[in-house]
Amino acid sequence: MISEHLPILAVILPLVGALTVLLAGWAERRYCYPVAVAVLTIQFGLSLAILREVLRGGTIHYYLGDWAPPWGIELVVDHLSAYVLVILVFLSLLSCIYAKRSIGGEIDPQKTVAFYVMFLLLVVGVCGITVTGDIFNLYVFLEISSIAAYTLVASGREKKGLLAGFNYLIMGTISACFILIGIGHLYVVTGTLNMADLARLLPPLYDSTIIHVAFIFFIVGLSIKTALFPLHTWLPDAYSHAPSAISVLISTVISKMGIYATIRILFSVFTVGFIVDHLPILEFFAWVAAIAVIAGSVIAIAQTDLKRMLAYSSVSQMGYIMLGIGIANSVAMTGGVLHILNHALIKGCLFMVAGAIIYRVGLRKIDDFKGLAGRMPYTCAAFFIAAISMIGLPPTVGFMSKWYLTLGAIEAGEWFFVVVILASTLLNAIYFWRVLEYAYFRHADAETPELESRVPVSMLLPMLVLAAGCVVFFFAVSIPLGIIDAAVADLLGGA
Amino acid sequence: MATIHSIVPACAVLVPLAAAVLILLSRRHEKIREGWTILAAAANFLIVLSLLPQVLAGDRVACTLIELLPGLDMAFRVDAFGMIFALVASGLWIVTSIYSIGYMRALREHALTRYFFSFAVAIAAALGIAFSANLVTMFIFYEILTISTYPLVAHTETEEARKAGRKYLAYLITAGVFFLFSVILTYFLTGTTDFQPGGILAGTGPVILQQILFVTFLIGFAKAAWMPLHGWLPSAMVAPAPVSALLHAVAVVKAGVFGIVRVVCYVYGIELTAEIGMGTLLAVIAGATIITGSLLALQQDNLKQRLAYSTVSQLSYILLGVALLTPMGITGAMLHVPFHAFMKITLFFCAGALIVAAGVEYVSDMKGIGRRMPVTMLMFSIGAIGICSLPPVCGIISKWYLVLGAMQAHNLAAFLVLITSSVLNILYFFPIIHTAFFEEPESGREGVREAPLSMLVPLAITAVGSVLLFLAPDVAFLRLVEVAIGELTGVLP
Repeated sequence: MISEHLPILAVILPLVGALTVLLAGWAERRYCYPVAVAVLTIQFGLSLAILREVLRGGTIHYYLGDWAPPWGIELVVDHLSAYVLVILVFLSLLSCIYAKRSIGGEIDPQKTVAFYVMFLLLVVGVCGITVTGDIFNLYVFLEISSIAAYTLVASGREKKGLLAGFNYLIMGTISACFILIGIGHLYVVTGTLNMADLARLLPPLYDSTIIHVAFIFFIVGLSIKTALFPLHTWLPDAYSHAPSAISVLISTVISKMGIYATIRILFSVFTVGFIVDHLPILEFFAWVAAIAVIAGSVIAIAQTDLKRMLAYSSVSQMGYIMLGIGIANSVAMTGGVLHILNHALIKGCLFMVAGAIIYRVGLRKIDDFKGLAGRMPYTCAAFFIAAISMIGLPPTVGFMSKWYLTLGAIEAGEWFFVVVILASTLLNAIYFWRVLEYAYFRHADAETPELESRVPVSMLLPMLVLAAGCVVFFFAVSIPLGIIDAAVADLLGGA
Repeated sequence: MATIHSIVPACAVLVPLAAAVLILLSRRHEKIREGWTILAAAANFLIVLSLLPQVLAGDRVACTLIELLPGLDMAFRVDAFGMIFALVASGLWIVTSIYSIGYMRALREHALTRYFFSFAVAIAAALGIAFSANLVTMFIFYEILTISTYPLVAHTETEEARKAGRKYLAYLITAGVFFLFSVILTYFLTGTTDFQPGGILAGTGPVILQQILFVTFLIGFAKAAWMPLHGWLPSAMVAPAPVSALLHAVAVVKAGVFGIVRVVCYVYGIELTAEIGMGTLLAVIAGATIITGSLLALQQDNLKQRLAYSTVSQLSYILLGVALLTPMGITGAMLHVPFHAFMKITLFFCAGALIVAAGVEYVSDMKGIGRRMPVTMLMFSIGAIGICSLPPVCGIISKWYLVLGAMQAHNLAAFLVLITSSVLNILYFFPIIHTAFFEEPESGREGVREAPLSMLVPLAITAVGSVLLFLAPDVAFLRLVEVAIGELTGVLP
């Protein structure tokens, strides 16, 4: 009985959870955290159940209120949605666990309740996006999670966080306008908002200017959301000035949500036939992504602040994923989609480390990290593993996506992209190794003050889980690949 | 030639890894920590040795760990050539462990847990490279070897060491990228990355692509320190002497030449390499490196630097032997892997003993040191004589085959290079021996005694080993090489 309604439960559960947190917080502020963690744990179980259903029975179609599409709203969960859903909910859960102690010094205690409510609302939006099969739904959920993200970024005590949140709000809203206008155009021409229906109705109209305009609006809007270079300007401030737990959350969950929405619009609404034959946008995407990969890394090398460095590294990594999608053969796309998982694991871990260092010794500047490894052995070990993985060295997951992306680029005969992918390895090595060298191979000049005696388990555990994930999924890469193969076949199937 | 399935090869890699973990866990107990190193080294050698009879019988011992990607396994397969490298790396790990303990204690070095941990991981990686059944597995361990040896190079944490460490990584990670590209391109062209005695690339892709691929493979194996990609090796000499001894004379650099031999003989195949003219390219590179390396060694006053350039030059002996593409040349190349290891590790051990016992780092400071440290300098002389390819040390045997190989290939240039190199070797080694034994000692050295026994015994073992290998080369290595050559020529017409 329940298993029939899994897709909608994935939206309802965190929504009800948000209300519960509010009520719990009303009674006693410290109840918020356990409730939020409990809700997200159940949500994680739920998303695993959805994944299992998809693996067993293929794509799930759920008609909301039993109204058949295209009149009613349809929820569609295919392999890609289920895969992304599991990753995003897992990362949300870990960052929520991590938040308990990390927000202690960063957020006013009276804001705690609002913080967890917004946290869960963000999860509502994220889950909604992944399960919906309706383009207007997608927009609404995108806005729910974005608005929650704006407030969360600005929730810290830091003044700069407020400014970063505001900046993010402006850019995000512009992006939302573009997407909404795009949807409007499509609705005017076709009279439907259902993705599958649109994919069916659009092909005869592929030469229409309105469709082209709509498409361009989508692309620009979504590029801002995913912070595709050069529309990434909101990202570095938002990532580096948000409270640490939120840096983790938006760098993993929100960024992947944008990528997912882009893939959906490109492949499930417009289909390969349009984006390859009518408007060769993928070629363009791949080039922009390649520039993003290099530019993001080069700017990251110039950073002195760890969180900022990680933020620019994200710009580069988003380029990596988009590059795989832009090359658009099945091997490269496998690499791109696999990198959604890898980047979530790696970047989540790295931002957690950055947060733990701030929490424990109050340091943000890489130059101050001298001798840190002796004082924070586990944290630095986690950083080491994640950094190796980001560089793409075995035995870590980063190697796997690099393998697929390079092989895909060779298969496509795109030698320039091969060079870009491999060169980015070296650039990554430069800026990550600098941190490692400071932490492991330099002695502290003067003892920095200890803010806390040690990193609490609630921060250490999620970090180590992610670091372990980086190694485990190298050896067990066949598990995600099994899902990704089906997802990529779905996406390219329309060709 | 049968293939036996067994988990023993995996054990050989897992034992040092397990030791690494145990070393971390017992970081507070010095004795226990060092006990793990010795125990693991001994166990590891026995495990490798247990594979020897099967390999000598011409069988291969295979072990598939996991399927990484469809059609791409992480797998081990022990053949005769891999066995040579594995025997050297695991056997010399035992003596180096004992030597390390003596050396590090004598100098009161810091961060010993990190040191022994990295060392164990590096050995595991070297064995992984030796046993890898395909390019992907080799790449994985190759990269692990790069990362795990970095802490050893930068060990002292001085600005100079950090700089050397950065240079080390810059060379080797860049090389790794080229290697990765080559592996992926090979996979794209052939659909496999397995090592086969006849090669896998024949008949795939245009010739120009195969030539480019060969060059990217060569760059990928910058660990072989062929010129001009040798710059990292002399810099890496800031590392403690045992590191220079085992890693930068044996495991790391040999992993590089091992890889090149694997690629030439087992990925391209001897025929294809000759056909696309890459044997000549490799021979030219190797010949130039042999001569230039020796000339540079002549100019070094720092003993370890001189040994480093000597290593650069000697490694290219192996490359030259393979580049000749004749059975005799390849025999010489494969033999030179273990023989050079024994002789060069002796020399580095002696250099370390000089630092510990007398604080001597420069050749010009070694006047009369042989009277104070007779055993060390005697062993040093044995190693040096061996490198100069004079009897009664094993160096002459591999040199003999190399020269025969050059003749077999009708390659006069290679022949002249080998002869010239011997002369140059004598020119840079004999003055050291002369200075140490026959010049008047400087005052103030009266108190200098031999290094502690834990250093003296290992260096005596390796020196005597080099002589024994001359007396009885066919106990293991020569027979292994014969098996390997049989495999390779069996598939030749």
